Amino acid sequence: MQNLLLGASVVVALVILFMIYKLTTLISVANGSKNDEEGNSNNVNGILMLAFLIIGSIAATWSSIVYFDLMNIPIASEHGVKTDSMFWITMWITGAAFVITHILLFYFAFKYRYKKDAKAKYYPDNHKLEIIWTAVPAIVLTILVMYGLKVWNGITDTAPQEAEVVEIMGAQFAWRVRYPGADNALGKYDYRKIDASNAFGIDLSDKNSHDDFVPREIHLPKGQPVLLKIRARDVLHSVYMPQFRVKMDAVPGMPTQFWFVPTKSTADMRAETGNPEFNYELACAEICGKGHFSMRMIVVVDEPAAYESWKKSQQTWLAQNPDYLSQVPEELKEVAILSAGIEENESKDSSL
Amino acid sequence: MSTAQVDLTDEMEHDDHGHHEQSFISKYIFSQDHKVIAKQFLISGILWAIIGGLLSVVFRLQLGFPDMDMAWLHPFLGEWINVDAATGIGKLDSEFYLALVTMHGTIMVFFVLTAGLSGTFSNFLIPLQIGARDMASGFMNMLSYWFFFLSSVIMFASMFISTGPASGSWVIYPPLSALPQSMSGAGLGMTMWLIAMALFIVSTLLGGINYIATVINLRTDGLTFTKLPLTIWAFFLTAIIGLLSFPVLLSAALLLILDRSFGTSFYLSEIYIGGEALPNMGGSPILFQHLFWFLGHPEVYIVLLPSLGITSEIISTNSRKPIFGYRAMIGSMIGIAFLSFVVWAHHMFVTGMNPFAGSIFMLLTLIIAVPSAIKAFNYITTLWKGNIIFTPAMMFSIGLVSFFISGGVTGIFLGNAALDIQLHDTYFVTAHFHLVMGSAAFFGMIAGVYHWFPKMFGRMMDRKLGYIHFWTSFIGIYLIFFPMHYIGIAGFPRRYYSFTNFDAFSTFTDLNAFISIAAIATFVAQLIFVFNFFYSIFKGKRATANPWKSNTLEWTTPVNPGHGNWPGAIPKVYRWSYDYSKPGAKDDFIPQNIPYAQTPESNLPHEQELAGLESNDDNAIKVD
Repeated sequence: MQNLLLGASVVVALVILFMIYKLTTLISVANGSKNDEEGNSNNVNGILMLAFLIIGSIAATWSSIVYFDLMNIPIASEHGVKTDSMFWITMWITGAAFVITHILLFYFAFKYRYKKDAKAKYYPDNHKLEIIWTAVPAIVLTILVMYGLKVWNGITDTAPQEAEVVEIMGAQFAWRVRYPGADNALGKYDYRKIDASNAFGIDLSDKNSHDDFVPREIHLPKGQPVLLKIRARDVLHSVYMPQFRVKMDAVPGMPTQFWFVPTKSTADMRAETGNPEFNYELACAEICGKGHFSMRMIVVVDEPAAYESWKKSQQTWLAQNPDYLSQVPEELKEVAILSAGIEENESKDSSL
Repeated sequence: MSTAQVDLTDEMEHDDHGHHEQSFISKYIFSQDHKVIAKQFLISGILWAIIGGLLSVVFRLQLGFPDMDMAWLHPFLGEWINVDAATGIGKLDSEFYLALVTMHGTIMVFFVLTAGLSGTFSNFLIPLQIGARDMASGFMNMLSYWFFFLSSVIMFASMFISTGPASGSWVIYPPLSALPQSMSGAGLGMTMWLIAMALFIVSTLLGGINYIATVINLRTDGLTFTKLPLTIWAFFLTAIIGLLSFPVLLSAALLLILDRSFGTSFYLSEIYIGGEALPNMGGSPILFQHLFWFLGHPEVYIVLLPSLGITSEIISTNSRKPIFGYRAMIGSMIGIAFLSFVVWAHHMFVTGMNPFAGSIFMLLTLIIAVPSAIKAFNYITTLWKGNIIFTPAMMFSIGLVSFFISGGVTGIFLGNAALDIQLHDTYFVTAHFHLVMGSAAFFGMIAGVYHWFPKMFGRMMDRKLGYIHFWTSFIGIYLIFFPMHYIGIAGFPRRYYSFTNFDAFSTFTDLNAFISIAAIATFVAQLIFVFNFFYSIFKGKRATANPWKSNTLEWTTPVNPGHGNWPGAIPKVYRWSYDYSKPGAKDDFIPQNIPYAQTPESNLPHEQELAGLESNDDNAIKVD
C-alpha cells in the first residue's frame, strides 16, 4: 500500500515535470530562439537579476521592519546591553558590505549581459585594487575584534566576590537549582550519592550542605551580580536565558560558570512588555534527547529586599528530607539539625 | 587551430588498453576510469540529496505546522508517527524529529557535499584539466567509490531499524551519543553511524591521496602550478585539508566506539543516568568537541572550496574575461585552507572552554574573513565589463557568490565570542551555515553539473529548465534562510521539536509556516533538475566538443572521451586557462594548448619572448 502511494506520487511529479518541459520546448520553438547568447533568454535573465536586486531589497527591508520588534527581545542584564549594541554595530558594518557587494553583483550581471558587438575587457589584475580590498576588511575586522575582545573579557572575567551563588544542574529533562543557604557556601556533592530524592548528590558529610535549599523556581536579585555554577548529571545541556543574554553549557564531570547582573525584575518586565503574564525562562540550548524542547524552568527576578525574604522563607533540603540525617556524620548532627532548621520532633523520628 | 595527432609509443599502449573490450561490470560498476567513478559519485550524491531533502521536508512540516495531523505519513514512517487511537490524529515522534535533523545534517554534509561534490568533480576534472590519462591509481579510486557505497548502504540501512538512526545531531556530542540509555537513537543507530562514517573516511582518504598524487605528478607538459585552472587548485587544497583532518575525526570516532563498547572513559565522567551512577571518571566531553571540530571546521571548507573553484572557472568562462586576480585567488584559497585548521574552537565559545582560548580563536576566526572577502570582490570584478552569457551554470555561480556573501557576513557575528553567547545554537547559526556552506556549496555543485554535463554525457541539459530551476531555487533559498535570521536574532534555539513550551519562543508561528512552505517549494523545484538530468542523459541535445568556448583542456577531448581521455597524444599546455577576450585575438578565447607562436597578434611582450622558445621543443603538436 505505502509503496503504491510512493510510486504514485513519484509518477505524478514526473508527469508534471514532463509537462513543464514540453511547454518550455514549445515556447522556445514558437519563439524561434536558436542560439544560446542571441536568444531572448540572456536578456531576460539579465533583467531578472536586476529585478531580483530591487524586489529583494524591498522585501528584506520591509520584512526586517515588520519583524523588528519581535526579533529584538528585551534585554535584562548589564552585559546584554553591551553585546546587543555590539550586535547592531556589527550589523551596520556588515550590512553595508552586504548591500554594496550585492548591488555591484546584480548590477554588473545586468549591465554587462551579452551583447553581440561587445567585447569583454581583458583585465586580469590590479594590485592596487587588491591591496585596498585586503586592507580595508583587515582594518575593519581588527576594530571589531578589539571591541569584541574587550566585551568578551569583561563578561568572562572573575565574578565579583559578593555575587549571589546559584547552582544549576541539567538532567534529562529538567533543570534543578540549589542555593547555598544562610552560610553562602554550597555544600559539596558526589554524583555517586545521587538517588531519587537526592537529585544533586549532596554530600552531607560537608557541613556547608546542611542549609542548602532546592526550590522549584530560580529567584535572582535585581541589580546584584549573580554567579551561576553550572553542571550536568547525564548528558550535555546548556543554560540559556534569552533576556539575560546568558548561555553556558552544562557538562557532566566539568562544572562551568557564568556570572551576570540582572537589571530588571519580573515586575519591571511585565510593565515594560505590557504582558502581565510575562516570566523569565530558563531553556536548554544543547541537544539532550527526546525532551530537549521542554526543559523549562521559571526564573523570577525580585527586588533585593523581596529576594532576601524569599531566601529566608525557603526550607532547607535537609529539613524537607530529614531521613537523610542518617548520612550526616555523628559529630556534625547537632549542628546540622540547627543549620538545616529541622523541627525537634522530625529529627527525633529520623534518628530512630 | 591545432590538434594533437602524433602518436608516441607510450600513447599507443594506452590506446590499445582503451580499445580492448570491457565487460559491463568492469566498465560501469567496478570501473577504474575516473570519468565513470565521477558519474557514480554524482548519481549517488543526487540520490542522497533527494533523501536528505525529503527528511528536511518532514521536519519543516513539524516546525511550520505543529498542529498538523500527520496520520497520512503513517504508511511511510510507521511507528515514528504516534497516531492517537481515539482521535486518529497523528503526531511526529519528538525523538524521530531529532533523528531527522541528525540524518539530514549527516547526509548533506558528508554524503552530498563531500562525496557527491569532491567525488564527482575532483575525479572528473583533475585528469581532464591537467592532461592526464587517468588518476594516479585507478584501483584506489575504484576502492574509494566502493567504500563510499558500503558506507552509504550502512547509513541508509540505519534509517530502517526499529530503534531509529543516530539522533544526537550530526555533531554526535557524547555523552548523548555514547550512552544508549540516553535516547533510543544512541543504540544500534549510533553504532551504524560510526561504522558508516569510518568507511566514509577511508573512502575520502583513498580519494584524497589520489587527487593529491595526480595533481602533483601527472600534469601535462607545460602545465605548471601557476597555469593550473582554479578548479584544480581548489580540488588540490581540498584534498590536502581532507587528508589532514579526516583522520582526526576517525580517531574521535574510535575513542567514542571504545567508550560505547569497551568501558573506557575518554569522554565520560561523573554520570548518573537511568537510575544508576556510571563508573566512568576523568573523561571529558569537551575533548570530543575539540577533536570533532578539528575536522568539523575544515570540513566546511572541504565542502566549500571545490564549489569556489568550480565557480571561478564558470564565471570567467561565461563573463568571457580572465578571472580577476588569479594569484590572489590562489593565495586566498591557501590562506583559507591554512586558517581553516586554527579556528575550530569558535564552535565552542560557550561550552565551558577557557575564555582565554575563546579570545584566541575569535581573533583567528575573524582573520579568515579577509581571504574570503578577497574572493568575493574578485568574483564581482570578474563580472565587471564582461560580456556575460547566462548559461544555467553561470547563474548558479552568481547565486553562489550571493550566498557566499550573505552567509559570510553573519559569520562575523558568530565568530565574535561575545555575540556568540546569545546566538550560539539558535536559528541564526542555522541560517548562517545553510547559506554560506550549504546553499553556496550546493549551488557550486549544481553549476558544475550544468557546465560539465556535455563532457560527462556528450549531451546538453535543457537550458530553459535550467533557468526555471535556478530562479525557483535561488528565490526559494532566500525565502527560507533570510527570515530564519530574524527567528535566530529572537533567540529561538535549534533542534527544538516544538516551541509551544516557552513563552519566549511562542512568537513567529507565521514566519515558521512561511519558511516551511518555501522549503517544500524549493525541494519540489529540485525535481526539475532531477528530471532534466536524467532526461538529458538519454534525450538531451547532442553536445559539441567545446560548447561554452572554454579554454581548459577537457574541451580538447572528443565529445565522448574514451578510456585514456585523448585518442592521440596528450596536449601540451602553453598558457594559463584564462585568456578570454585577449586584445588582438580573433576569437574571444584561446585554449591552453595553443602555443604563443600561433597567436602573435594577441601576445603580450613577455609572451612573445616565450613564443620564440616554444617552437624548438614542439614535437607533439602539428599545426593544421
